[in-house]
Amino acid sequence: MKTIKIALRIFLLLTLITGVAYPLAITGIAQALLPQKANGSLIHQQNKVIGSSLIGQAMDSSIYFSPRPSAIGYNPLPSGGSNLSLTSAKLIKQVKDRKADFLKKNGTNNPSSIPSEMLFASASGLDPHISPKAAEWQVNRIAKNRNFNSVQKLKLLQLIQEHTEQPQCGILGEARVNVLELNLALDKIKE
Amino acid sequence: MTTNDWMQILLFLVLLIGLTPILGTYMYKVFSGKKHFMLPVLGWLERFTYKFSGVKADEETNWKGYAFGLLVFNLLGFIVVFLLQLFQAQLPFNPAHLPAVSWHSAFNTAVSFMTNTNWQGYAGETTLSYTVQLLGLTVQNFVSAATGIAVILAVIKGLSRKTTDLIGNFWVDITRATVYILLPLSILFAIFLVGQGVVQNFSPYETAHTLQGQTQVIPMGPAASQIAIKQLGTNGGGFFNTNSAHPFENPTPLSNFLEMLCILLIPAAMTYMYGKMVGSVRHGWIIFSAMFLLMIAGLGISLYGEFSSNPFFAHLPLMEGKETRFGITNSVMWSTFTTDASNGSVNCMHDSLSPLSGMVAMINLMLGEVIFGGVGSGLYGMVVFIILTVFIAGLMVGRTPEYLGKKIEAFEMKMAMIAVLAPNVAILIPTAWAAVSQMGLSSLNNAGPHGFSEILYAFSSAAGNNGSAFAGLNANTPFWNVMLGIVMLIGRFGVIFPVLAIAGSLAKKKIAPPSEGTFRTDNWLFVGLLIGVILIVGGLTHFPGLALGPIVEHLLMNSGVAF
Repeated sequence: MKTIKIALRIFLLLTLITGVAYPLAITGIAQALLPQKANGSLIHQQNKVIGSSLIGQAMDSSIYFSPRPSAIGYNPLPSGGSNLSLTSAKLIKQVKDRKADFLKKNGTNNPSSIPSEMLFASASGLDPHISPKAAEWQVNRIAKNRNFNSVQKLKLLQLIQEHTEQPQCGILGEARVNVLELNLALDKIKE
Repeated sequence: MTTNDWMQILLFLVLLIGLTPILGTYMYKVFSGKKHFMLPVLGWLERFTYKFSGVKADEETNWKGYAFGLLVFNLLGFIVVFLLQLFQAQLPFNPAHLPAVSWHSAFNTAVSFMTNTNWQGYAGETTLSYTVQLLGLTVQNFVSAATGIAVILAVIKGLSRKTTDLIGNFWVDITRATVYILLPLSILFAIFLVGQGVVQNFSPYETAHTLQGQTQVIPMGPAASQIAIKQLGTNGGGFFNTNSAHPFENPTPLSNFLEMLCILLIPAAMTYMYGKMVGSVRHGWIIFSAMFLLMIAGLGISLYGEFSSNPFFAHLPLMEGKETRFGITNSVMWSTFTTDASNGSVNCMHDSLSPLSGMVAMINLMLGEVIFGGVGSGLYGMVVFIILTVFIAGLMVGRTPEYLGKKIEAFEMKMAMIAVLAPNVAILIPTAWAAVSQMGLSSLNNAGPHGFSEILYAFSSAAGNNGSAFAGLNANTPFWNVMLGIVMLIGRFGVIFPVLAIAGSLAKKKIAPPSEGTFRTDNWLFVGLLIGVILIVGGLTHFPGLALGPIVEHLLMNSGVAF
């Protein structure tokens, strides 16, 4: 009986410490010091939330950069990957179809060099990034559909470079480009 | 693989080895009641906890008392998490208006978080309100980890004391673990994570109007506080469905690197603390070495599997189920480390790993989660294997086996065998059942041998209290929720109770001084024997299952057979 009494009380107190005080304290600190990040790194445009710089979004238009394939069509409720195995006939067909689509959309200058992340779906279904190579692959198509002259096209290539995040701290992770941020910057390339 | 890939692996391993004695020394001071630098900062909280709860800090119990306290405390945790989910709709902080959780999912989740497994049959962002995540899950993230630490402390007392019944005070052990270890580390890490972009708020889900004019509902919540402890406490239960693959849980390569380090940090430091507390730092490092070598071997095979070419995709890097910012190497490192430690958080989808890498993850689960393992649980699991090893070595040289001066006799061996067999039986029998029943098979996402792997992985993960999954399996059905719940209970308490019994029995014995004939447990010969025993037990038990799953899949894949 004594044990049960102690258990009840200590459970209550630890709940208050770890389940109430701790998350509230972190929320307080986060909201005070890092409100932009704590609230989802949202991007506003004309007083409207256009998305989060961390959450990828669907983009089918041929005048913007395409993101990676997503098993959930970039609907975050809930996040998810395909969970298909490498021996899945379905996955093999998907990759074949994506390759054909990608070449049809972007031209066939060197089919064997398509960056693999454009053929495989991400883990979260919300991957905000593609590799710089994957962005460069799409430059010709976007320049053509936007009727860019050669100066503007050069600017486009520059834009990719500016938006390329190198491995963090010099060695961690992979070089990458944030697709939504790149597309927003793309709209600012003037005539 | 690039130079950068190798550098990241090397940096990780160096940091892990370097931090082990630092955190290990600190934990040694905390748990032996010595002076340490956090005492002036948090000592009041420890004392207040005892006063509030009526705990007499110097009052110790025998192993049965210790086990009873642990059981009652865990049962309470189960009931609270279970009820919170059933009454979710009536509780506050539910901006997404999520309805009550089904009884079987609530049962599964309550067991899962109480047992430090954090298997998730549900998707966080579409199932649980902020109230349930905090009051239910975050709390269990802390106390289930503290429970694991308490058990290894009892074992240490059993080994280092003589001729006594007493193996410590459960309440003191969980309080110290929470107040001095888990809480301060979590606070630091949570704030760091927010700095990288992990969300921490109580806002309703945000509706975005995307660039191409669609709406996208972006989930929110107090995630950073939970993710910090989920990594540190080898819990692994994600705030969102895709866990640390979700950009809100793991936004940058740096957050990824440190989350990965936090998986192994405490379990690795435990070995040093253990060595210091049982009076042989060298023995602690020897245990560390055995774990480390097994981990490296697994990592090597897993990297080989992912970087090999594949008949279906030729030389395309295998990015299915992986995130661009992490790439392949960081995904493989994580999948290996999270299954070594019984963490179970993921940053890539294990279901889409190559057969060999998926097999490494599975083997890590099947070996009993002793390659660093869970906080506390990895080490007490390892102590069971050590007992088995000194027993076998004792048979070979014809002496009564001893471990750290304690005679290992029939009772200890019986208990050790229960602790080894219970999780294995809990993997094999349910797997066999699920593989021949419609209730089991209807949940599969993949066909052929990989479908069988999904079943085998699920029960191995549950029995090892890991929680990662071949997540294509739809485990949110009454059959899977209940079966996996039961397996998690066996995997947790089927080891904890025998281990506490061993601790109690060892405490009663005398400590024999080492003599010339003593079989030494602090040299490389012992590392070899220990690894051998772990691999033989695991191999004999699980080779047939692995042969039907990942091994045959690997062979068929290489001969171009798809399903």
